[in-house]
Amino acid sequence: MLRIPEPLLLQVLAHCEDGYPAECCGAFLGRVRDGERAVEEAHPLTNVNRERPRDRYEADPRELLALERKARENALSVVGFYHSHPDHPERPSATDTERAWPGYSYLIVSVREGRATGWRSWVLEEDPRRFVEEPITGSAA
Amino acid sequence: MAIRIRIAAPLRPLTGGRDEIQASGASVGEVLESLETLHPGFAANIFENGQIRRFFSFYLNGEDIRFLAGLHTPVSDGDVLSIIPAIAGARPST
Repeated sequence: MLRIPEPLLLQVLAHCEDGYPAECCGAFLGRVRDGERAVEEAHPLTNVNRERPRDRYEADPRELLALERKARENALSVVGFYHSHPDHPERPSATDTERAWPGYSYLIVSVREGRATGWRSWVLEEDPRRFVEEPITGSAA
Repeated sequence: MAIRIRIAAPLRPLTGGRDEIQASGASVGEVLESLETLHPGFAANIFENGQIRRFFSFYLNGEDIRFLAGLHTPVSDGDVLSIIPAIAGARPST
């Protein structure tokens, strides 16, 4: 389960809308409890894919390094990531599945004509490698 | 030389859930190879044909080792090596 407070979810949706029609991405800092990832902070990351920013994303690894450091300083972890699918459904693509890692939540936001119209969260399973949807809740633990 | 290695979430199952471990060696490559003894399967996850898999970045004290001497980069006591997984994807094809 991905537990994300509504203000943080709204922040993520606004980032994805502001970045439209490019793909946007960001990271979640939080805590893992009983297999549930509880988000406490959401941070935009720069999409460093310059060739196809409308349908590809690649998070800036230096920014991610800085976030890993910030998380550690605050006794948090990087617990997941979000990215947008401009004018496409909030389902993982083949590339998303190929490039994903286990142990994170992946929130995908569908943005159509500049408005966030849907969002779902996914976790990677291995053997066989596939994304499985996880519930999203905004309520406190 | 004993250095600290910071482990991102996807690799923590290989370190018993720990987010930081210690290892020794004279270079980044030696340190990483030594991890295989302490944490079997670790090296297999990050190396492919003797090279770092392209979906990982390594930072020694915040510096990308690709711009130092790669796996031959020397390490000193107290250094911090961070392993950062590449985060990427794409929207579905039309």
